[in-house]
Amino acid sequence: MAQIEGGGDDHKKGPGVKKAKKLSTRVDMTPMVDLGFLLITFFIFTTTMSSPKALNLNMPKDTKKEEELNKAKESGALTILLGKNNAVYYYEGQLAPDGSNFKATTFKEIREEIINKKKDVVRNHVHDSNCDKIKQDAQKAGEKDWQNACKDRDFVVVIKPDEDATYKNTVDILDEMTINNVKRYAMIDITPQELQVVRATEGSAPAK
Amino acid sequence: MPSVKLPKKSTFVDMTPFVDVAFLILTFFIMATKFKPPEPVEVNTPKSVSTTELPESNAVLITIDKEGKVYFTALSQKDQSVYNSIISDLNTSRNLGLTPAEIQNFRKTYLVGVAFSQTKQLLGMPPDQQKNLKQPGIPLDTTGGELTYWVQSAKSAFAGQQLKFLIKGDNNSKYPVFKNVIEALKKNDVYKYNLITAPEDAPVGTELYEQRLRGAH
Repeated sequence: MAQIEGGGDDHKKGPGVKKAKKLSTRVDMTPMVDLGFLLITFFIFTTTMSSPKALNLNMPKDTKKEEELNKAKESGALTILLGKNNAVYYYEGQLAPDGSNFKATTFKEIREEIINKKKDVVRNHVHDSNCDKIKQDAQKAGEKDWQNACKDRDFVVVIKPDEDATYKNTVDILDEMTINNVKRYAMIDITPQELQVVRATEGSAPAK
Repeated sequence: MPSVKLPKKSTFVDMTPFVDVAFLILTFFIMATKFKPPEPVEVNTPKSVSTTELPESNAVLITIDKEGKVYFTALSQKDQSVYNSIISDLNTSRNLGLTPAEIQNFRKTYLVGVAFSQTKQLLGMPPDQQKNLKQPGIPLDTTGGELTYWVQSAKSAFAGQQLKFLIKGDNNSKYPVFKNVIEALKKNDVYKYNLITAPEDAPVGTELYEQRLRGAH
């Protein structure tokens, strides 16, 4: 560049004329900046800033004994079925034999359903002496809504992915449990009856 | 009146501060970078709001790729002998017929995704060539399949130590594969798993979001 002048042509100026060249101490930094930013770009691209996180999942032990099974109250149960092409189906309580309470939804709208159902369960809560201790603990822990701490006790979400559901769907719905603070949920196999209804729904309406 | 002389301004800009900043940022990125370990199998994990850190050692990593193939990896940084224990255990119980050199090679093998019948072939290869071998995945069925034995050996090799079970699944893998993996783990009385996910923020307005705002996490 222009700042450091080359002295290549100096000798042509004439014999005897020897002028001490005042060399500038300024160094052209442009190439250095170029290189610097090239490296920055490289490191930005190769960097993995967000390290992966772990989602905890606990599964129950398989048991055949009737008395060891946790029973879910029908009034507080919400069953979510995961189908093909990211489709989500749900029903409350027991599945009606004619499938009338079986509804289709999407991943965006299922949160609304979970929240509504939870509110519903909290509203219909009847006093239960087992609850008092939980309430006290919540109060001690400084929870703001300790009054409601135990009222969602009966709320159980049952997750049933079918064989066409993807792993992403499964994780998403488990994540939804964390997001909505659902304390009791279970992931179990789909029953043939439910599978039949899912298939029928998938067949009749094109998946969203 | 003297003529006003306009000073000739140089077009040269002093780059020094610019260089300073550039190298500062560069230093930051060099320091902050943690190079991704070589991944022979590409897996796009789903996102979750979970904030638990991932254990880097004392863990068994089960990878499910997008085609539903299952791979097994043992992670142990401090104690290298567990690798030997796992493979020696399998060698005797499943009659793999491995040579001592092949047993040693297991330590450097990043992941195993072959049936027991092919394990000898995989471990017979140098680690840098293993990625060229197309691994068909560990055979699985609804009762756990061969993965059950891998988990069993890992569990006994890590006996007395804390051991975590990581499942790294691809977005597009199907649920039945995941279920079979769980089945294999359940067979070994393992009921707690860590699913590897990418972090994501809690959606605004939800209960979790409120909770985190309050700091009661």
